[in-house]
Amino acid sequence: MTDWIDACATDEIDEEDVIRFDHAGRTYAIYHSPDGAFYCTDGLCTHEQVHLAEGLVMDHVIECPKHNGQFDYRTGEAKRAPVCVNLATYPTRVEGGRVQIKVS
Amino acid sequence: MRDYSLIGPDAERAVAAGLAAADWYHSDIPRKEMKALMAREDGPAIRDTLILYGAMVLFAGLGIWLWPSWWSAPFWLAYGVLYGSASDSRWHECGHGTAFRTAWMNNAVYHIASFMIVRNPVTWRWSHARHHTDTIIVGRDPEIAVMRPPAALRLLSNFFGLADAWAGWNRMILNASGRQDPEEATFIPESERQKVVTVARVWVVIYAATIGLAVWTGSILPLMVIGLPRLYGAWHHVMTGLLQHGALADNVIDHRLNSRTVYMNPVSRFIYWNMNYHIEHHMFPMVPYHRLPDLHERIKDDLPAPTRSIWAGYREMLPVLMRQLRGQDLFLKRALPATARPYREELHMAAGQPAE
Repeated sequence: MTDWIDACATDEIDEEDVIRFDHAGRTYAIYHSPDGAFYCTDGLCTHEQVHLAEGLVMDHVIECPKHNGQFDYRTGEAKRAPVCVNLATYPTRVEGGRVQIKVS
Repeated sequence: MRDYSLIGPDAERAVAAGLAAADWYHSDIPRKEMKALMAREDGPAIRDTLILYGAMVLFAGLGIWLWPSWWSAPFWLAYGVLYGSASDSRWHECGHGTAFRTAWMNNAVYHIASFMIVRNPVTWRWSHARHHTDTIIVGRDPEIAVMRPPAALRLLSNFFGLADAWAGWNRMILNASGRQDPEEATFIPESERQKVVTVARVWVVIYAATIGLAVWTGSILPLMVIGLPRLYGAWHHVMTGLLQHGALADNVIDHRLNSRTVYMNPVSRFIYWNMNYHIEHHMFPMVPYHRLPDLHERIKDDLPAPTRSIWAGYREMLPVLMRQLRGQDLFLKRALPATARPYREELHMAAGQPAE
């Protein structure tokens, strides 16, 4: 059984941007896409443990701030070397102006 | 004595000391400003690429037209620098994926530049990732150009590409035969290795066709256009590249202490694509080359004073390298301004003896 976890207010993340969210000893990245949707992935790059929240969001891609590897944050798919391993993604929903995520 | 091998005792020491994949220093920049600095666009790189390739076609065309007269020499020298040196910075920036916003443009220029500079585009993408993870960490960084003591003969010969281009061509032959260097295996994932071989084989075909054309026409002219400019035009990228980290501290995890920002003339900055702002680039590799001057202005109070010119860079670097050649284990200690935040000074002091 997993519960929805309150992560942040919708207006805490600009469109086409990302923030870091730490919960229960793990770190996540929460994205606000250019089309207004919210997404959640693991917060650390799968190449070397770098926080993706310091990276650059372009359309539906997050670029790692250290080595410029890219993921599609909607699916977690690794798009550009040096990342080769996909990123875990998690469901999100918006309730009462708050972004919630569901992590196992 | 330092061991720069990636599979030697210094590699193990770096890991044990916590210098591998460490948490590096970053100047503070608010997120909104950082986003603006990181933002990608195609315009500046399209403009610069049209100028670069246009100038290459013009200079090579004039060189061919005037061949074999000595009047062709100045045009070959100009073409050579664009082929053998500007390709270094294009390889670098497009490898980071920051030059253009559009991915295929980065990839196209990256592959062309990789061929010209004789660096396998797959191998060197991984090599450069390691260089950014473990910058000038002995035993970890595969791209340390100026070792301690410096390999003087190799450095000097590289002004004409004699060591590094030759090594690149040898590596091309090795990879084309389906084999891989054991050190490369430490940073290239298994899944990428076939790509290394494929690219090497394509290159062998291009060089074979060029050499074949030269033999068929009885002239070295085809090789003046493809291949040889990597040698006769290499001097500029070596001149600027040695300044990036030369004679500064090794085994520190603060780019302000192991990298050098140098003010340069506009022509060199065009050839070098602003990599003279090298501390800024290493600290924030997401920032495109055309925004590095803005980033420099934003954080310069947190950085050592920039070196004022290429000449000034060599004047501060060469005496230290000469003393290293005489067996002294010293380096240039970077002084941070009073406005800068200090970071891990104990590592700086452990990097050897600061030069006076």
